[in-house]
Amino acid sequence: MTLINQKYTSIEQAIANIPSGASIMIGGFGSPGTPFALLDELLAQGQSGLTLIKNDANEPDIGIGRLIRAGRVDRLITSHIGLNRVAIDEMNQGRLAVEMYPQGLLAEKIRCAGAGHYGFLTDIGLGTEIAGARREIECEGKTWAIEPAIHAEFALVHADLADEYGNLVYRGTAINFNPLMAMAADHTIAQAFQVQPPGNLPPETIHTPCAFVSQVVQVELASSEQGRRAHAV
Amino acid sequence: MPSDQERILARAAREIDPGQIVNLGIGLPTRLFHYLPKEMEVLVHSENGVLGCQLLTEGSEPDLEMIDSGGAYISTRPGASVFDSALSFAMIRRSRVDVTFMGAFEVDQQGNLANWKIPGKFSPGIGGAMELAQKVKKLVVLCSHNDKHGNPKILKQCRLPLTAPRCVSRIITEKAVMEVTETGLQVVDIAEGLDVDALRDATEADLIIDEHRLGRF
Repeated sequence: MTLINQKYTSIEQAIANIPSGASIMIGGFGSPGTPFALLDELLAQGQSGLTLIKNDANEPDIGIGRLIRAGRVDRLITSHIGLNRVAIDEMNQGRLAVEMYPQGLLAEKIRCAGAGHYGFLTDIGLGTEIAGARREIECEGKTWAIEPAIHAEFALVHADLADEYGNLVYRGTAINFNPLMAMAADHTIAQAFQVQPPGNLPPETIHTPCAFVSQVVQVELASSEQGRRAHAV
Repeated sequence: MPSDQERILARAAREIDPGQIVNLGIGLPTRLFHYLPKEMEVLVHSENGVLGCQLLTEGSEPDLEMIDSGGAYISTRPGASVFDSALSFAMIRRSRVDVTFMGAFEVDQQGNLANWKIPGKFSPGIGGAMELAQKVKKLVVLCSHNDKHGNPKILKQCRLPLTAPRCVSRIITEKAVMEVTETGLQVVDIAEGLDVDALRDATEADLIIDEHRLGRF
């Protein structure tokens, strides 16, 4: 993990840590919480063969939709891609491998990895189609499905406020998967609209403590504004 | 004369009691927002991480960080909270949501629901529907009684992949309100002007109908 006084960096340097073929968690539920500026930099730097883990596929022309359209993504682990017809086409054509989980299970699999565990037991989906792909075990006289945790090499998250050590504060429905993913990856890169000197953010308001954040970059409101404004629903 | 959808929504609003926590599914159920009396103390849960959603007032500038799970911009009412996705689904799995409304491709007389996948045609992913269907205390299905070709959607047995087995409490269509009971599908209300034979003809499921206790809506 990066030393606390070396985390505040430029977006170019932060994204340059990511090699082609990496597995990357991406925060966001639809547009809120999607780290648009980090994703646009990833598109510009050209990494390919990526495995992305994100709740949804954004929309075709924003966020990870742009990476999928550019053919940079081999595999997507997600919950629902109904707002991205390009991703659905790519999946149906066999060019994009898509693994889908019920949304709460996806969140919990990530939370679980972030808590340093390797899986959990659940009754969600027993007796349905998804149950077929899972191992079940007898425990305490009942049958549960085993859900392995999902871990990734990188996480790209969006916060509203940060400090230079990488403490993060989210806002509104932009929280969603961000705090979970920040904890579940080996190397977490956070973007924030404001990165303040340590001490400015009251300790009890911090959502993600800096111990889980490797690098933090400040992004212009406008850089992410474009993606957020393009949100079409 | 209200449209079929207006009839469904107006009747559905009567399933909500003051003080409840309510989840509104994507599509028709989202429009229930407009049928909740303004002064009614209800917290609307949205699975992307809000308890206490409120419609944006006409003409107000949206907060770009505030959407519901359908992607529409929202605001919050007094007493609201926001939280991460794992917590949002903990709230669902722990049955802290009192009632949820969902659409359906098919629903059957055992209370099985299919609303997420048509193999080979439609498979965008299940989103939050499975956990809502399985864990919310009361699931009310809002859908048209028949599909666009006139085929019944209220079946003896679902044929499509299930969202969750035996999860439905009530079904509200433009033709009837039906309660899933131990003994089968009991018709609670029938649409104004519709007779019982016409309802049976439009339905594949076996219906339990007590004409003396039948409400109208």
